[in-house]
Amino acid sequence: MGASQSGRVHKFQELADKTGFSIEQIKNLHSRFTYLTQDEDTLRREHLENISNLAINPIRRQIIEAFFDKRNLGENEKGCLQEISFEEFVTVLSFFRPPKPRIPDEEMKNIRKEKLRFLFNMHDTDNDGVITLDEYRRVVEELLSSYETIGAETAKAISDGAMLEVASVTVGQMGPDEFYEGITFEQFMQILQNLEIETKMNIHFWNLDTTTMKCGK
Amino acid sequence: MEETNPDPNPGESTQAVFTLNYPRIQIPFEITLWVLLASFAKIGFHIYHKITIWVPESCLLISIGLIVGGIMHSVHEKPPAVLTSNVFFLYMLPSIVLDSGYFMPTRPFFENFGTVLWFAIVGTLWNSIGIGISLFAICQIEAFGVQDINLEENLLFASIISAVEPVAVLTVFEDISVHEHLYIVVFGECLFNDAVTVVLYNLFNHVAAIEVVEAGDVFLDIGWFFVVGLGGTFFGILFGFVAAFTTRFTGKVREIEPLIIFLYSYLAYLIAELFTISSIMAIVTCALTMKYYVEENVSQPSCTTIRHVIKMVGSVSETLIFFFLGVVTITTEHEWNWGYILFTLLFALIWRGLGILVLTQIINPFRTIPLNFKDQFGLAYGGLRGAVSFALAFTLPDSIGRKKLFITGTIAVIIFTVFIQGITIRPLLKLMNVRKTNRNLETINVEIHKRLMEHTVAGIEDLCGQWSHYYWKDKFMKFNNRIIRKILVRDNRPESSIVALYKKLELQNAMEILDQMSGDISAAPSLISLHEDRKNSPKPRKKFLSSDVANMHELLSKNMYKIRQRTLSYTNKHALPNDITAREILMRRHTSLRRSFRAGSLHGTNAAKMSQKYFSLPMRQSLHSGFPSRRLGHTGDGDTESEIDYPSNRPTIRHPHRPSSTAGMPLRPLDTLKNAASSVNTVNEQNNVQRGNRRSHLSSRRTFRFRNYSDEDSEGEDQKSRSSPHAWVQEPQNSSEVQHPLIGRPHWLPQKPQ
Repeated sequence: MGASQSGRVHKFQELADKTGFSIEQIKNLHSRFTYLTQDEDTLRREHLENISNLAINPIRRQIIEAFFDKRNLGENEKGCLQEISFEEFVTVLSFFRPPKPRIPDEEMKNIRKEKLRFLFNMHDTDNDGVITLDEYRRVVEELLSSYETIGAETAKAISDGAMLEVASVTVGQMGPDEFYEGITFEQFMQILQNLEIETKMNIHFWNLDTTTMKCGK
Repeated sequence: MEETNPDPNPGESTQAVFTLNYPRIQIPFEITLWVLLASFAKIGFHIYHKITIWVPESCLLISIGLIVGGIMHSVHEKPPAVLTSNVFFLYMLPSIVLDSGYFMPTRPFFENFGTVLWFAIVGTLWNSIGIGISLFAICQIEAFGVQDINLEENLLFASIISAVEPVAVLTVFEDISVHEHLYIVVFGECLFNDAVTVVLYNLFNHVAAIEVVEAGDVFLDIGWFFVVGLGGTFFGILFGFVAAFTTRFTGKVREIEPLIIFLYSYLAYLIAELFTISSIMAIVTCALTMKYYVEENVSQPSCTTIRHVIKMVGSVSETLIFFFLGVVTITTEHEWNWGYILFTLLFALIWRGLGILVLTQIINPFRTIPLNFKDQFGLAYGGLRGAVSFALAFTLPDSIGRKKLFITGTIAVIIFTVFIQGITIRPLLKLMNVRKTNRNLETINVEIHKRLMEHTVAGIEDLCGQWSHYYWKDKFMKFNNRIIRKILVRDNRPESSIVALYKKLELQNAMEILDQMSGDISAAPSLISLHEDRKNSPKPRKKFLSSDVANMHELLSKNMYKIRQRTLSYTNKHALPNDITAREILMRRHTSLRRSFRAGSLHGTNAAKMSQKYFSLPMRQSLHSGFPSRRLGHTGDGDTESEIDYPSNRPTIRHPHRPSSTAGMPLRPLDTLKNAASSVNTVNEQNNVQRGNRRSHLSSRRTFRFRNYSDEDSEGEDQKSRSSPHAWVQEPQNSSEVQHPLIGRPHWLPQKPQ
């Protein structure tokens, strides 16, 4: 970062306001960012792929992609970036910020919607706004890929079943010539309404510097 | 041996025709009678269902005990001296605790682990010490005349009455569908609270016996406390693993599998008692550890047996204790001291309330879902005392001077809390609108996304270099899959929770369906022969009628959401985790099937489905072995012929039928089926692919399809379908197009591969 110290702090403050993190958290994330990028300015996919713990995560590809996905970065365009800056890094991470304890229901709903949107984007790789069977299948296969004995057929069956479920819930009866295109975001929200995502999809971001404390990476 | 006819002539011996030999059987006889009486009481309550809603079962049991006690008292009979310390600690307590531990829902438990331990350990300590000290202060007041009770005895008494009993509360919670985390906190707290109480009890007992307490002793005691707790846990885990390992080899001796479980748990308990470490912790951790692995290794009937027996023994113990409580209340001499006892009651309530308040404030920041005030009220008010308190008081050593007072006090507290709090808690909670649960979690999508979310969060945590419990969970699961399972599980196929959702219950349902079906459908002669076949063979048969199979398949696939009860959110303390909902669905489904059978026609769906369902298992498998990778039994038709009661009440998707297939179709693959050596318990997806359901098969149904799905080798399958239905047994597992609403095109269109 070529900016001066005060400039950086100012920038952090802006980021904190924008994303809702605290200054300490932003500082921690910044040091993490520099660590990952090895002191470069922007983060690329290779940097993330080098994290060893992430390598054993079954859906690492989707996770990594999520960082470069423009839709997650608040822009209404589709497509991916090749590299992201710290600001964008923090923006993506803000999806995982735990909601403050006492906030009105409306805001909670928005937060929930955002988190669900994040998940939706992980499925919908071709950016057409619908999760098709193939896309869903791919995600399920990856999810189950850590279990070697479960083959692709199982994953297929499961994703088929899941789509079926969505179809029956949201669409009901369809005419003979209708096709079920895929899961739209509204349907996605509807079927997952029972999942308390706003409380579960959170990371406790530390206020103190844990980069030195954490073993490994 | 006594004879009713005294010998008239000393010389000759007469053979008495009718003799009575009571003393010989007295003890088992009386025990049996008591247990029987308690069971009758239980049966009686449930006849009138409404009672159990408003009045917790413990109240009723105590009342019956009071009545019986009254009767006994009036005839000047003493209650049997069965409830000795040994009997309680060695026989009853382990059953109760094993019951709680085995049916503890593990996932919510581990998610709330910190909270549970916090409340259990610190909460109990807080309660005991608080109540003890306050009571000691009261004792100093001369007016009450209890100055002879010293601090240790007060603390002892206080520890006895801090033992919380969840039974009534949990029933109420479950009835009003309270939120899962509240349920688990109460459940867990009570479980571990028992352990802490017993430890404290022993500690204070020991301390009360010795005259002089030094400061060094106190530290030793604290250290001992931790040793006891952790030691118990360690033993439990050790035994759990050994038990799991043993069950790996019980493939050929299925009958003793339940026995192994009980023996190991009990052994854990006893060995812990031997070393005077916390036996409750030992048995609970043993059960928790064991359950997961054992349920994969043992057969289905064994699994059921285990659950039933544990529930039965646990509930009998508990029932007996409450019952006994009632009896003893009337028949023993009481020492009543207004001041002491009333203050005990007061302090018990106050300290519990305060304790919950303070502790929650401290632990809330660490929780993802903080406990709000209503939750706290539920927790505090739900602190009923029960069986364990009573037994501990009753088995106090006689060296305690005021033993009778303590017993009276304990009984007073128990009766007060059980009756008053127990009866009023339900309307209060309802009034307060305590946070409810969302029961309808059990859908595939939710499960998938739960996993997805967890992995995502774990991944992001890795990325950020920060970790929380997901990280550990991930790590543990990997370790588990790689190492532990290989050792402990016989048929080691690591399964995703998504996939494992169906296993045991599916088989059970399949067998149940068969049982139901056999009585019903008398259509074809083949059915009758099958029925006889079944009657003859004790084991589940390996061949099934195609229609049976088809229906099973239907049922399985349709009910896959409901039957997924592997991790139950709730278990009723007095009943088994029940499959009633699944059975209901089966019943409903079954009746509708019956209807359509009788209609004789093919409503397009049933008969068509029947011929199309193929069940197979790679031949080396048998019914009892572990399941191969189980997958969704998915017919792929998305059709709900009958009103399946989906939790979310989805609209049914109706398909008009194509009047094409013949009535003979269901039976067509019949003969071949008999040749097929297959069992029904897995639905192999490949074979499940309705080969018949392709366009060549006339009885096709309308299905939904996705536009751009295609599968190349679907063509070739078609030809084979008609001619060789039995071939599905050995059919290679290539993927053909799955006929289901999501893919492909409606049948009647001349289909070109896309």
